[in-house]
Amino acid sequence: MRNCADAYTTLTVQAEVSNLPDVLEFVDTELESVGCDMKTQMMIEIAAEELYTNIAKYAYEPGTGEAVIRIRHLEDPKAVEITFEDSGIPYDPLAKEDPDVTMPAEEREIGGLGIFMVKKSMDEVTYEFSGGHNIVRILKLL
Amino acid sequence: MTIEKTRNDGDFLVKVSGRLDTTTAPELERELEDGLQGVTKLTIDFSDLEYISSAGLRVLLRAQRMMNNQGEMIVRGVNDIVKEIFEVTGFTDILTIE
Repeated sequence: MRNCADAYTTLTVQAEVSNLPDVLEFVDTELESVGCDMKTQMMIEIAAEELYTNIAKYAYEPGTGEAVIRIRHLEDPKAVEITFEDSGIPYDPLAKEDPDVTMPAEEREIGGLGIFMVKKSMDEVTYEFSGGHNIVRILKLL
Repeated sequence: MTIEKTRNDGDFLVKVSGRLDTTTAPELERELEDGLQGVTKLTIDFSDLEYISSAGLRVLLRAQRMMNNQGEMIVRGVNDIVKEIFEVTGFTDILTIE
């Protein structure tokens, strides 16, 4: 049971790839306040980069719009939860088939690795389309 | 991210330091595309690499494909965290890691 959770801290940015450093800095600052090891921090950062970049590149194509990132710290078990929200085209990134990571270099697909890394490195990854918003939620136990 | 390059005949050493992410990976990709002509041994030194995302992995995959046609590619100095990412994504089977 999760019986204690902080309120969400929220960052709203124009969903453009050039804003990635701001998004990662926001996530980093929160992770540092929680205190987690370097490996966990990097895995969460990678997940945040993949999910945010997906929004920046595809959600509003060819236009642009906002991305909302919410982060909170959970206790019992200790974890970090982050949601990535956009109001663009309904799209479930988790529905994409996982790449075959046993293929040799010549036959490897260049795409699809990012979401695969998110699925592999996080403890929970969920998607919902609600109220006109795509919401991807990740949870990483600390 | 900083890139240091050392070329010696067919040997090309590229040291990548800092963060290899969506915003910096295109720069490494350009450097490799421009610099690989006539290279038979490409060594990528990651001993000061702090972070790699899938954008960085894609650049490595492209470089490995090119080098498969013209010589060899070695990745060295990989820290434990980056190594784990290579393992999760099956890159340990594609790359030659020293």
